[in-house]
Amino acid sequence: MAEQVLEVEGLSVDIPVTGGMLHPVQEVSLTVARGETLAIVGESGCGKSLTSLSLMGLLPSRAERRARRLSLLGEELAGKSERAMSDIRGNRMSMIFQEPMTSLNPAYTIGDQLAEPLERHTRLSRREVRERAVEMLERVGITAAASRLGQYPHQLSGGLRQRVMIAMALICNPDLLIADEPTTALDVTIQAQILHLMAELQREFHAGMILITHDLGVVARVADRVAVMYAGQIVETGTAAQIYGAPSHPYTRGLLSCIPIPGRSRPGEHLGAIPGVVPSLIGRMEGCHFADRCALVEPRCRKGDIALRDGSGSGHRYRCVLDPETPATQEAPA
Amino acid sequence: MSETVLEARGVRRSFSVSGGFMKPRRALHAVRGVDFTIRRGEVVGLVGESGCGKSTLAKLLLGLMPPSEGEILLEGAPISGQDRLETARRIQPIFQDPYSSLNPRKSIGTIIGLPLRVQTDLGGAEIARRVTETMDLVGLPARVVDSYPNQLSGGQRQRVAIARALINRPSIIICDEPTSALDVSVQSQILNLLQDLQREFGLTYLLISHDLSVVEHMASRVAVMYLGRIVEERPTAGLFAEARHPYARALLDSVLTPDPSLGIPDTHLGAAFPNPLEIPAGCSFHPRCPKAMPRCCTVAPDPLRIGDGMVECLLHAPDQHDEPEEETTR
Repeated sequence: MAEQVLEVEGLSVDIPVTGGMLHPVQEVSLTVARGETLAIVGESGCGKSLTSLSLMGLLPSRAERRARRLSLLGEELAGKSERAMSDIRGNRMSMIFQEPMTSLNPAYTIGDQLAEPLERHTRLSRREVRERAVEMLERVGITAAASRLGQYPHQLSGGLRQRVMIAMALICNPDLLIADEPTTALDVTIQAQILHLMAELQREFHAGMILITHDLGVVARVADRVAVMYAGQIVETGTAAQIYGAPSHPYTRGLLSCIPIPGRSRPGEHLGAIPGVVPSLIGRMEGCHFADRCALVEPRCRKGDIALRDGSGSGHRYRCVLDPETPATQEAPA
Repeated sequence: MSETVLEARGVRRSFSVSGGFMKPRRALHAVRGVDFTIRRGEVVGLVGESGCGKSTLAKLLLGLMPPSEGEILLEGAPISGQDRLETARRIQPIFQDPYSSLNPRKSIGTIIGLPLRVQTDLGGAEIARRVTETMDLVGLPARVVDSYPNQLSGGQRQRVAIARALINRPSIIICDEPTSALDVSVQSQILNLLQDLQREFGLTYLLISHDLSVVEHMASRVAVMYLGRIVEERPTAGLFAEARHPYARALLDSVLTPDPSLGIPDTHLGAAFPNPLEIPAGCSFHPRCPKAMPRCCTVAPDPLRIGDGMVECLLHAPDQHDEPEEETTR
């Protein structure tokens, strides 16, 4: 078995807000091995982005992070000081953000921004830094790389900017790469190219990757393993084949029924729907978080904490008291 | 064949944009000669990538800006000569972002009733009755009538936008990316609603989207736009079964269906970026086209009718270069 890059157990985030304590991430446990892609999928507000930010130690200062275990290649990160974390960020673990226009600094050239992680984390000379930057730009498929170093982000197209972000994230050869909606802002044809590039580079750099996305199509094509998040919790986890082939949590099944699929969902037919809205995560919540929107809800769903249980195969787990055989036909509201 | 509701004839639109510090202004050709008709009761999808001109075309069709050249006809009469209010009554938009397209200082009831207040002489009681009726139609609870947009979820706000578009019974609704800002579970509710309303009232939609899965699900006919021109237009089933234009093919290949047994598709498109400021000579798609031939760089293809569709690609054009030779051998 491949070496585990990241092991997380019982990760929770609390943020004090007016009206109480917000619990956007609750008891999240996950692992990522070398060369493996774990996709965290869910809708807005499910806690997927805060999970990734808390792994990077980038939470807002008033937020509190707790974890029983949070280790990068066996090294515990939970108690690390901000200074120690900044030695790790951008070096051993790095991140690609959704919007390359806002996450690149418009006032600095591409070359300056590519050089920054190398200057911070290595002792390379200026010439070596420049060579490495050009090499990395070429590696992510940017033509005329040397001339791009003097350009500013606004002079590049969205696809090129995202390639620059990827080059920046990989320039120090990280063990773990976290990509938060890396292709959401891109056109579909460019999305395919960027996903190709990321898969290729991940193999080459042999890094573990966490892909955060709401797009079930991207997840299916890219992920080895999937964690579905809903209202702060992982509600189902397993291999991509298990999640798409035998979805066992009513939320996962509802989500899959909502997407139109050319050739499969018949045009003119109703798509599936999940009625209701995501519950407020302020304060303590009892029972299943999905209970209010679930068509199969029973009285026992509302009692105590619902634990993850084993599903269809090894590693497949889901957070529901019902048996997966229960037919999950959620009626669309009229 | 049912009557034409909206028609674009040779529509062009250019903008003058800054060329940079101390440089002359340049022309950006956003829409470069579009011919397009929408018939009553039809749902037409318009797809293309960012910068292809689809939102500009939507604004032209809505009469929000005049075309530089060409004409837009609403129910047979040119929009340009018509009263702005009357045009607005008959063409209504639904925009992408339900956060910025609703006035945050107006209550939901006021927003939905506004078209009636400016376009008709109806009294307050009648407007209130129509607002309640329309809210019920789009699945908005009556209690939110006095709420403000910030108190509503994204899906509810989009329902408000739909109610506002519907209330004065327009001839056509132009939906510009109506679900792009929404989560999938909310998107499916809005798509179901749009479809139900279309069927119940025989509405006509132009559905602009970058999401081909959504377009396939909703539209009966699809137009594919690239750098300001429609390069292929066909009934949906035919296009999805076998796209004729290489760009339409690449777009379809890029759709990621949720099937974990498939990998990431290779679209075989080059890294060239479609830039409306520098439109390539010949066929504008040739720098990215996997099937480009030498003459694609110089010869701009003409629209070609094949069966019930249109395609603008030299691969399907009768081979002009070979014609003289054929004549001599005959």
